[in-house]
Amino acid sequence: MIKKMKIILYLIQKEFLQIKRNKAILPIIFAMPIVQMLVLVWATTSELKEVHVGYIDQDHSEISRKFYNKIDGLDCFYLQSLDASSDAIEQLHNHHLDAVVEIPLHFARDLEKGAKVYPQVSINAVNSNNAEMIKGYFENEWQRFLTEVKDQGISFHRLEFSFRYWYNPEMDFKFYMAPGILAILISLVGMMLSGMNFVREKEMGTIEQINVTPIKKYQFISGKLIPFLIIGIVDLLLGLFMARIAFGQPIIGNIGTLILGTAIYLIPLLGISLWISAISEKQQQVMFICFFFLLIFILMSGMFTPVESMPLWAQQLNYLNPQFYYIKIIRGILLKGATIMNISRELICLSCYGFIVFLIATYKYKKVS
Amino acid sequence: MKKKVQNNYVIEVSNLCKKFGAFYANKILSFDVKRGEIFGFLGANGAGKTTAMKIISGLQSPTSGEVNVLDYDVYHEAEKIKKVIGYMSQKFSLYEDLSVWENLRFFAGIYGLSRKMIKEKGEKILHHLDLWEHRKELVRDIPLGWKQKLAFSLATIHDPKIVFLDEPTGGVDPYVRRVFWDQIYQAQAKGITIFVTTHYMDEAEYCDRICILSQGEVVAYGAPEKLKKEYQVDSIDQLFVLLARNVE
Repeated sequence: MIKKMKIILYLIQKEFLQIKRNKAILPIIFAMPIVQMLVLVWATTSELKEVHVGYIDQDHSEISRKFYNKIDGLDCFYLQSLDASSDAIEQLHNHHLDAVVEIPLHFARDLEKGAKVYPQVSINAVNSNNAEMIKGYFENEWQRFLTEVKDQGISFHRLEFSFRYWYNPEMDFKFYMAPGILAILISLVGMMLSGMNFVREKEMGTIEQINVTPIKKYQFISGKLIPFLIIGIVDLLLGLFMARIAFGQPIIGNIGTLILGTAIYLIPLLGISLWISAISEKQQQVMFICFFFLLIFILMSGMFTPVESMPLWAQQLNYLNPQFYYIKIIRGILLKGATIMNISRELICLSCYGFIVFLIATYKYKKVS
Repeated sequence: MKKKVQNNYVIEVSNLCKKFGAFYANKILSFDVKRGEIFGFLGANGAGKTTAMKIISGLQSPTSGEVNVLDYDVYHEAEKIKKVIGYMSQKFSLYEDLSVWENLRFFAGIYGLSRKMIKEKGEKILHHLDLWEHRKELVRDIPLGWKQKLAFSLATIHDPKIVFLDEPTGGVDPYVRRVFWDQIYQAQAKGITIFVTTHYMDEAEYCDRICILSQGEVVAYGAPEKLKKEYQVDSIDQLFVLLARNVE
């Protein structure tokens, strides 16, 4: 048993020596987390910066004035009053305005009577993410406005709905995106490097010398998987450190839990890339196929768009996407302080997944030349 | 069909056939290799030498026929065969980006040698090869001849019963070839059976017995002296030309 483990250790030692000497790969391993955290997080973050709002007030009451001030008080909202007859919708089309608020006639009177009233808000939804956020702001402000009006002794019909951003109360998108970017980082580094490394041995012919030894197939696959699992974890910690110092990424949960979750996530992911390289002959093939899978994994994982808003078949397909589980794990731990118990379902699914993929990769690797 | 009685044969090949699609790399090959001999496997490029050698060393499986290596059957016991053989390919297959010592430690390690053994044996081998001073140099930076002798030593580091050499002297100058053959004799003196493919006919004279292949078939088989007498030629080179002409 110890002797068998030792053979894996010799393989791992060899991989690290080769990575250490590789002038192309070594910088990538260290530069990627830094660049991704310093550049990509900001690039993928869709915080609202300037929202230009047209305000059409047909009521001209004290209360409608008050709502105007309420919205005007928001940091990134720039309000301008418009006439009812103005070309507000056209301006929305031309992107001069991002939203138009229209306060109907008898707004104040209806509100005091307790009738159901609400202003109409038209939002330019070319960028649906932004539109969603603008809507959120309006709903929030509308709610607060109603509460204030109520405090002043005016009764009203009913609350529309309460809206709050849980777990990211400041709505800081960086905190939300950084875990996603970290997940992409370690997936990219792990999958590409391990896959290309294996096939490189085929291209160089060194695999033949390994195939003629009595080494067991699982030992070889482990020897190819473990080094990149370690590199993935190192990159995760490096990236997290960068996020911490660059914009104060909160780390609410336990780092140990995160490392465990990451290791369990990387086994199926690296297993897939080793499976691909076991049946490929050239580095280009591996790169192309890995990229194909990575793209699907990333876009379906819920990193950029919520999984809940995908069609049902896509949600079901996501059970085959290791990153789908990992996004829940990493966001859960970093933003919500999830414990092992909270993410046990994801951990179990990934463990089973990893075990199966490892067996397939081992089976697909043929000790022939 | 276990032939425990005839254990002076370490390799027994009968009616070996290997097909790639419609192309026969080997058609009905039959030959045996005796324990402790240097067995030369000769033929022009594409005659099927490398294919047959890969089959015997468990790197490929035959289409049909019977191949036994040290009484192990290549169909089912290829991994057992790999424990008792060494193999050195045309390309030497060392890791170019590892140093001399790192290559040695790696291959000895995956053959399961203990740390202490690797250290003792490694030092002895590198001193013997005059490579001790160069142990920290990367393999990509050392001359071809050094790579060749290192590759041979690594192919035999686990004391195999048989070592397979696939055109080991390709691309090196005559002096280095001569030195390399000394290394082969030293291995033979330790009781290792040598199975070597080559297309240098002068090297065939150094073998105890040879087998000449042409287009996937055995055209001559036996001791060089005996074959020369039989075909009334002065050298194996002449014999080869004669046989090649017959085929055409």
